[in-house]
Amino acid sequence: MVTIRVDSEPFDPNHEVDLLRGEDPAIGAVVSFIGLMRDLNEGDRVDTMFLEHYPGMTENALEQIVKLAFERWQLQGCRVVHRVGELKPTDPIVLVAVASAHRKEAFQACEFIIDYLKTQAPFWKKEATENGERWVDARDSDDEAIRQWSQEANDR
Amino acid sequence: MVQLRLFARFREELGVDSEQMESDDLRCVDDLLSRLRQRGGAWSRLLSEDQRIMMAVNQEMANPQTPLQAGDEVALFPPVTGG
Repeated sequence: MVTIRVDSEPFDPNHEVDLLRGEDPAIGAVVSFIGLMRDLNEGDRVDTMFLEHYPGMTENALEQIVKLAFERWQLQGCRVVHRVGELKPTDPIVLVAVASAHRKEAFQACEFIIDYLKTQAPFWKKEATENGERWVDARDSDDEAIRQWSQEANDR
Repeated sequence: MVQLRLFARFREELGVDSEQMESDDLRCVDDLLSRLRQRGGAWSRLLSEDQRIMMAVNQEMANPQTPLQAGDEVALFPPVTGG
């Protein structure tokens, strides 16, 4: 089963993983990625972060990304939860949990989904630091990760 | 008409969340970008051709060549930074 949620309230990643692994006795492996808010970025202390998104498109984009993963690997289920609104350091920002019969598919699909989410899902981070507010810049290394996935698909 | 929507730094620096635009002479997203750049000021600076701009038409990722028609929702935004 695929569950995608954009949440303005804090969520418990462990609870989400428990729900996923309980869905189907055919599941033999669950791999999860949890992205957390750090209290330091670019050398500045970050007190709070605000996550903006594009309601409607965000959910569509996440569904498309998960669909691509299901086309590429044999998977039993997936849960993606992403916070929006105001976050504090240590808050989970995102959970990507993928279930499959065996570990390799789940490992690869989990990394694929978070890599695509980082460059294709319409979320934007704004940090409140000791030196004022600023929008977080996108990283070139995230685009490079996507190039590698599409290169690998072409090599198959 | 098409509905223009702006997000994140674009929305904040341009002071516009959304607006209706006449679409008679807009064949594709690039036409819309050109028209917005003609407004000058922050519009030409933020949307200049050397800036990285992401775009969506009807909530699907698009590119400058994506065709437009009346009733479309066109969004412009800086590179995404979720996750």
